[in-house]
Amino acid sequence: MADLDLEPDALLPLPPATFHILLALADEDRHGYAIIQDVAARTGGALKLSAGTLYRSIQRMLEQGMIVEPRERPVPELDDERRRYYRITPFGAAVARAEAGRLAQLVKMARACGFAPGRA
Amino acid sequence: MMRIYRALLHLYPASFRAEYGDEMCAILARRRRDASGPWSVTALWVAAFFEILLNAAAVHWDVLRQDLRYTARTLARTPGFALTAILVVALGVGANTAAFSVTDFVLIRPLPFAEPERLVKLWERLPGYPQMELSPANYRDWKRMSTSFDAMGAFYELPANLVGQAEPERLDRAAVSASLFPLLGGQPVLGRLFTAADDRAGAAGTLLLSYSLWQAEFGGDAGALGRRVTLDNEPFVVIGVMPRDFHFPSREIELWTPVRFQEQAFEDRADNYLEVVARLGRGVSLSQARAELGVVAAQLERQYPKENEHTGADVIRLRDEVSEQSRLLLVALSGAAICVLLIACANLANLLLARALVRQKELAVRTAMGAGRERLVRQLVTESLVLAALGGVLGVLMALAAVPLLARLVPSTLPIAQTPSVDFRVMLFAGLLTGVTGIGFGVLPALRACRQADLSGMREGPRAGGGRKERLRSALVIAEVMASVVLLVSAGLLMRALWRLQATDPGFRANGVLTLRTALPMPKYAKTGRREQFYTQVLSGVRALPGVSSAAYISFLPMAMGGGIFPVEIDGEPESQVRSASHTASIRYVTPGFFAALGIPLHRGRDVSESDSLDGPFVAVVSESLAHRYWPDQDPLGRHFQFALHDRLVAGVVGDIRVRGLERTSEPQVYLPYKQVADGWFTFYSPQDLVIRSSAGPEALLPAIGRIIRGADSEQPVSDVRTMDDIVERETASRTAQVRVLGAFAAIAFLLAGVGIHGLLAFAVSRRRQEIGVRVALGAQPGDIVRMILRQGVLLAFAGVLPGIVLAYLAGRAMQALLAGVQPGDAITFLAAVALCLLMTMLGSLAPTLRAVRVDPITAMRVE
Repeated sequence: MADLDLEPDALLPLPPATFHILLALADEDRHGYAIIQDVAARTGGALKLSAGTLYRSIQRMLEQGMIVEPRERPVPELDDERRRYYRITPFGAAVARAEAGRLAQLVKMARACGFAPGRA
Repeated sequence: MMRIYRALLHLYPASFRAEYGDEMCAILARRRRDASGPWSVTALWVAAFFEILLNAAAVHWDVLRQDLRYTARTLARTPGFALTAILVVALGVGANTAAFSVTDFVLIRPLPFAEPERLVKLWERLPGYPQMELSPANYRDWKRMSTSFDAMGAFYELPANLVGQAEPERLDRAAVSASLFPLLGGQPVLGRLFTAADDRAGAAGTLLLSYSLWQAEFGGDAGALGRRVTLDNEPFVVIGVMPRDFHFPSREIELWTPVRFQEQAFEDRADNYLEVVARLGRGVSLSQARAELGVVAAQLERQYPKENEHTGADVIRLRDEVSEQSRLLLVALSGAAICVLLIACANLANLLLARALVRQKELAVRTAMGAGRERLVRQLVTESLVLAALGGVLGVLMALAAVPLLARLVPSTLPIAQTPSVDFRVMLFAGLLTGVTGIGFGVLPALRACRQADLSGMREGPRAGGGRKERLRSALVIAEVMASVVLLVSAGLLMRALWRLQATDPGFRANGVLTLRTALPMPKYAKTGRREQFYTQVLSGVRALPGVSSAAYISFLPMAMGGGIFPVEIDGEPESQVRSASHTASIRYVTPGFFAALGIPLHRGRDVSESDSLDGPFVAVVSESLAHRYWPDQDPLGRHFQFALHDRLVAGVVGDIRVRGLERTSEPQVYLPYKQVADGWFTFYSPQDLVIRSSAGPEALLPAIGRIIRGADSEQPVSDVRTMDDIVERETASRTAQVRVLGAFAAIAFLLAGVGIHGLLAFAVSRRRQEIGVRVALGAQPGDIVRMILRQGVLLAFAGVLPGIVLAYLAGRAMQALLAGVQPGDAITFLAAVALCLLMTMLGSLAPTLRAVRVDPITAMRVE
């Protein structure tokens, strides 16, 4: 039922939770709780994803093909059998880049109006 | 605590829970371990609770959106299926919504008065007249002697001529007692209600306007209060305006004035013209009130043995003022609508079952790809709900268009508006119907489809589908045929009844007769000579018009007014039976030429004549049935009888006419010469209806007639301009409307059942292509194939027709009162219905049979 053949731009703007999950999965596969912790750490505790929000986002991201559940598990000593791990796909990475570009564009515009720090 | 959390997870869709439930529990457990102190644990739980509520709704919404998108795609791929299904639901929902809106409006919904369940109507009961109006004296005594009622009020209709506005106008007025409106709970939007002071003999005239008359005559101006108005040459002051939705006793009434009984009104206990409404006391039941009033009536009968002989009392709920016939008409209509819905549902289920079979492969693939059963069922139910919802919306639109056409089925005797409103109640009903149709007939096929959506489905492809499913689909088609037989027969029986009534001889020739009313106001025209002048001037003018062959005046036209009766007494007869139906006759005053004008045959003797005056002997022309009742096998001419306070001599005998309409028996008729009445007597029966037989159309005559009447009296309004044909036609109008609706329902049912048979056979043929191919290859002739397919269709038809006939007979028995003498087992109707069903079967089988014959054995066997 996945919505295939989507352009990354078609999914923009991303819900904040989705963007943060993509960031959390950027350098390694993680399970749910690890994603929550990573997002919390990255935002200095400002964004604490709830379990429901997390898995609702994950379900949608799986359907949209931004992430997958990898077949191979992490090295045995780090693995927790009950856990399900998620990995970003190339499409997911493209979406994250597109969203980052969109945000950068926004910041640039804000700066031009003197709403953001930095050079105009 | 974890257990509660797990239970709460059930708010999520099952598929989501199965996928992520454990993980979510694990995360919550970790968080709880990390939380320190009772406060943060409590906060964690509260947050988790609200988070589940929010996210569960969001996930459901996600799933719904996904299912809707998928539904839109699949339905767009099979537009033929989608359109058929939507139309089928629309017909079912539309028919029922329309029928419900009228039935609810007329039979179910409480009347628009305060505590309507306590409102009752009181009637006198006389032999042959189960519901007779009250005489003022009896009304006064009932009110005084009974204790069951909190209040009692009386009214009678008293049309009035309004003069002084632009054109003289005839208005429908009710004279009401001051107690009536407070009893109903009616409050004016402007001004005040009548008080006891307004309702005394000799009190100054006061009147209340209906909302519509206030708008029409006074432009909705609040300055109407206190305005002076002249009704029948008597001054009245407007004291109030009633609300827009207040109608009493019927929606025709445009204004109200107080009854203001004179003392002499109470003298004659046999002068029955008051309708009486009462409010039951709290805790008093209908039967208690009936019993008490029975005792009261018996006491009065002892007190007035002559006038109140055989006079009983009856109490019925105001809600039940609907005639048995109107009620039955609507019940039959609702029954028919339910039949249509059942057929529509059976058809929908069949469509969905067939589709589920075809889609088995797709469902199997999706199961193999990991879609849970719950997701598939949910997807399929969403699909059928979408179809049902679209059909429901279309159905409501159809109902909206149809409801005004059904307004004829709203009896005018009820204090409610003419057209039922399609309001919240009706919408709720339509919504429920749609939901039930969608879920009820979507879940079943969905469950069946998913049960088989395993690997075998993938392997066998669209040919799969066990005998059980075939049997279920056949049963549905049989039910459709059965219901359509019931509908066809019911519609047929009612049509025959309508034809029979329309063929009833009214006793006069309505064709080419124009009628209108010039109600002469009293006391202006109380003198007989004054009226005579008016009639003579008008009639001579009208008779001289080109095309007019005859013209005359009568008190009341037949059918337009059924009442107006007097007891007949013959010398030597015991007086005791005076007030029973077997001794009454209808009384009418006529001018000479009335029988010729209406085309009533004169059998013996002569018409009334201009020379029948107060000086000569009092004569009467009587109808055949009266002559037969009193002088069987004798010459009635020259006989005497007492009638309307005078001895009368029979001068002529005419044919009977249906005064009370086509469906009721009428009393014999007595016609009296218009001049033989003393000044001020029987003014209620003064001739007022003008009857004109002419070869010219009404449009050509009316302007000239208007000029003639204005010439006779410039203040005289003309009202009730109708042709006699219209009056006769109105007798059967509600039946005609009902037959049309029922006929439409039957046609829909017929069509749907045909579609059902077609669908089933077409599907069977496509499934048996291979088998047919093999048969042809083995030497089967086209005739064999035709027989094989047709046999299946005919078997289905007969399996439905046989029980259908039994049910149709029972339905006919149930509505026998509507059939005007047509037998519920009417052979012609049944034969026609069965023939139609067989024809429908043939038509439904035609295309599948042709397709079966055209099966090419080589391609058919190569398919797999």
